[in-house]
Amino acid sequence: MRVALDLWTIVAVSAGAFFFLAGTVGLLRFPDALTRLHALTKADNLGLGLAVLGLLPRAAGLLGALKLVSIWLLVLLASATVSQLIARVARREDSA
Amino acid sequence: MGLGFEVGLIVLVLGVGAWTIAARETFAAVIGFATYGLLLALVWVRLSAPDVALTEAAIGGGLTGTLLLGAAARLRATEPADAAERSGAALHMVAGVLAATVTGGLAAAVLFLPDPAPTLAPAVAANAPATTLGNPVTSVLMAFRAMDTLLEKVVLLLATVGVWSLAPDRLWGGRPGPRHQANPDGVFAFLARLLPPVGIVVGIYILWVSADDPGGAFQSGTILAAMWMLAMMAGLADAPPVSRRSLRFALIAGPLIFLLVGLGGLWLGDAFLSYPVAYAKALILAIEFPMILTIAVTLGLLLAGPPEREPGR
Amino acid sequence: MNAFLVLAASFILAMVALGLVRTLRGPGDAERMMAAQLLGTGGIAVLLLQGAGSGMPAAVDIGLTLALLAAFASIAFVKGAARSRRDGSQLTDL
Repeated sequence: MRVALDLWTIVAVSAGAFFFLAGTVGLLRFPDALTRLHALTKADNLGLGLAVLGLLPRAAGLLGALKLVSIWLLVLLASATVSQLIARVARREDSA
Repeated sequence: MGLGFEVGLIVLVLGVGAWTIAARETFAAVIGFATYGLLLALVWVRLSAPDVALTEAAIGGGLTGTLLLGAAARLRATEPADAAERSGAALHMVAGVLAATVTGGLAAAVLFLPDPAPTLAPAVAANAPATTLGNPVTSVLMAFRAMDTLLEKVVLLLATVGVWSLAPDRLWGGRPGPRHQANPDGVFAFLARLLPPVGIVVGIYILWVSADDPGGAFQSGTILAAMWMLAMMAGLADAPPVSRRSLRFALIAGPLIFLLVGLGGLWLGDAFLSYPVAYAKALILAIEFPMILTIAVTLGLLLAGPPEREPGR
Repeated sequence: MNAFLVLAASFILAMVALGLVRTLRGPGDAERMMAAQLLGTGGIAVLLLQGAGSGMPAAVDIGLTLALLAAFASIAFVKGAARSRRDGSQLTDL
């Protein structure tokens, strides 16, 4: 059981790290602000989500696990709305 | 393994710091500074100082960045003149020598500390059971050095009065800051409705756990202040006029209760700010709850700035 | 396991560093505002992994605080950028 949970942690955290890599590559290579913003928020949120999933078996009890999941949900909410706002500023800059 | 992480973190922090100094535009420099603050929180975690990391994440990142943005907005008119000015090589050299001297002095002070370094940690650990608190940082802040904490809150109050004094005479007692507008059906207002309830729960939770785990009243107050600022920035709440009685009561509630408990210690116990062991935890919590209200309102008002609108509007 | 978690934290820290180089340098205000976003997600991931790898359960509380304050910082930057238009016009459709 312990081995299975450790394996789960390794797989999930590695997948999360891979998505962070993908997001950073997108951030570096995409041509304009809006596409870079997309790479940043979508890939990094997925990366954080997988990292949180991987850390759940090691969480300190039910409260610890709840806190981890709520971090992810908070970050999702904030990223989604803030990227909308940043995108409006970016679009205004482009058309100015 | 840990060494690689630490080296990477140091390089990143120094790089962001250098970039912040070299940045040409004020807006960019402020963002660099906020980034630097958020990264320092990671450094504190690495140094096994979670309470400091909490404070750095709360204040060094969002709050100070917002304060500097407000200052930058007021200085915008002077930016063209500032950018055109070029200081001489002599001034650069003097500044460089001064900075190097201060850095050398700090490095010498840290590297040549006697081994083992002088510390009060064993004394705190030995006396911690008297406060019945599990978190030694909270014991120090709220029991052993409670006087300093009380005086800090008074200093915050003085700072607020100082900021208010920047208002023109006819606006004294008015509402701080401009009236913020945001589309009430828009994305910003949506976030400002969803986030503050969560933030308030998290803030009170951080205070509640500070008895036995890392946390604290100041960090909690900062989170509450940020949530209030969020609601104000989205136009969902307006800054109250600073002459309002309830606002002024909130500002003094923290230090006042603290002072009353301290005087109670003088009357019922041994000395000013002494807590009877049986009630220590209850008294400390009784002090901390009004204190987070005061800290939240104070930080919010400091960020909002001096009154800019007449009280009636 | 702890070594693996710290390794993952170092890797994601390197990604954050690369991202910061790009966003802080970026030609427009929108790029720079993404720096706070990047730290909000990447920084929290680094924090959680580092905390789990070095046995600090309080790192989760710090992560919660960081999530809230990074969101607040991002919004403050957007408001600040919206006001600093060179022509002084207001961005009111937020």
